[in-house]
Amino acid sequence: MSTPVLELRDVSLGYRTATGWLTACEGISFSLAEGERLMLVGASGCGKSTLLGAVAGFHAPHAGQLLLDGRPVTQPGPDRMMVFQEFEQLLPWKSVADNIAYPRRLAGTPRAEGRREAETLIAQVGLTGFADAFPHTLSGGMKMRVAIARALAARPRVLLMDEPFAALDALTRRRMQDELLRLWRDFGFTLLFVTHAIEEAVALGSRILVLSPHPGRVQAVLDVPDTLEERAALEARIHRLLLPEEVALHA
Amino acid sequence: MPDGQDLRLPATAAPPPLAAAWHGIARRAAVLVLLGLAWEGYGRWIANDLVFPTLSDTLAAFWRLTLSGELAARAAVSLQVLGLGYGAGLLLAALLVVFAVASRFGSELLSTLTAMFNPLPAIALLPLALLWFGLGTPSLVFVIGHSVLWAVALNAHSGVQAIPPTLRRVGENLGLRGWQLTLRILAPAALPAIIAGLRIGWAFAWRTLIAAELVFGTTSRSGGLGWFIYERRNNLEIADVFAGLLAVIAIGLVVEGVIFRALEARTVRRWGLQR
Repeated sequence: MSTPVLELRDVSLGYRTATGWLTACEGISFSLAEGERLMLVGASGCGKSTLLGAVAGFHAPHAGQLLLDGRPVTQPGPDRMMVFQEFEQLLPWKSVADNIAYPRRLAGTPRAEGRREAETLIAQVGLTGFADAFPHTLSGGMKMRVAIARALAARPRVLLMDEPFAALDALTRRRMQDELLRLWRDFGFTLLFVTHAIEEAVALGSRILVLSPHPGRVQAVLDVPDTLEERAALEARIHRLLLPEEVALHA
Repeated sequence: MPDGQDLRLPATAAPPPLAAAWHGIARRAAVLVLLGLAWEGYGRWIANDLVFPTLSDTLAAFWRLTLSGELAARAAVSLQVLGLGYGAGLLLAALLVVFAVASRFGSELLSTLTAMFNPLPAIALLPLALLWFGLGTPSLVFVIGHSVLWAVALNAHSGVQAIPPTLRRVGENLGLRGWQLTLRILAPAALPAIIAGLRIGWAFAWRTLIAAELVFGTTSRSGGLGWFIYERRNNLEIADVFAGLLAVIAIGLVVEGVIFRALEARTVRRWGLQR
């Protein structure tokens, strides 16, 4: 078997607070193969965003190993481009095209070529005609498209997404989910996606990792089936895992 | 896919209707005319050139001094010294802020120094500067540099601290660190605060310079505008004094209203960082 793109071995994360040490998640192990779409699902406070931040290299785990293509992750880098939840993640002083071309420019791509690539990506995320617009003139959904295009421009080994659609209205969210899947079919990227929304995880993932809260531990790893009925069953199962009290109440 | 509800045309700031713009201009002109009339009336009523020349005398002096090139030459001297002092102040401010961004000790150093020196009027250091650097440009550069340094450093530093954490993370995610992160992400993100600091620094520097020039001109050759005002007062050419003051005001207005406005329009306004 080939080396997984991303592998976590017994990773524990925490941070110092005023009252002492707070463990965000512990003993997390999973691996991610090329082209997979792994969803991290859990209630708020299960450390899923902290975990994603560690994969991005923003903070180091205090135990365990974090390997990208078999090599330990030591610092942030564009091989793990992140799409954040906040709309204000574009550089306000750069146009849409310049924002998207920026990772390539930093990697030494000539201006004209970077621009050409950006134009292609702009078309692929449905923003034709907005290449020279500045971020502050765009709506939230459009900003998110630019952020996704910029992340794809860097050709990351893993695309990291931290609840990217959580702040969008329901209609835009659905549309963005469909488009993300379409982009995945076009680019075949490897995706690690954090969400608290179970429907979103089932709609987007090829595999779902359910985290228990306080501190986060791997509760279940589930493959997402193809048929709608099976998916509905999976959704119900994750609901039971995450909200046992509520399910008991309804029973 | 373009979706109707999600797409908006790139916003262009709607220009105010022409009529409203004209009303604004007319109002301002009316205020200016009223002030001018009051000046002229008071000057004629007091009828004493040595105390308060009329507006027409002042404008005539201004015109004469402009044509003779005297005002321009004096202003050039002032602006040259100002440029030196402003540049020195900015350089020091940049070093201090970079140090403050890079380390906790630097941050503490900067906040302590600004707390101490920001309330100290730069002109109060002139006697010391004269002792250290003598009668001449270096003393002026010293006090101007001092007047610019703290205002700019204070603003730039708080600007950097106010940068949204996500933007910093984006820079790190792109693989930027240290100098690169500072120059490519933090500096442009803090630009609104930096420009505000530059504006305040400019105002402080200009006042400080004119005030310092009132004490002495640059040695040997003719001094700047402040010295010009002082000289003419000694010669009791009060209309010339008023013309000199007008020149000081005019330069201040041009720098504020033209240079800084253009700088903002090209940067922070265009980027939506400032409305």
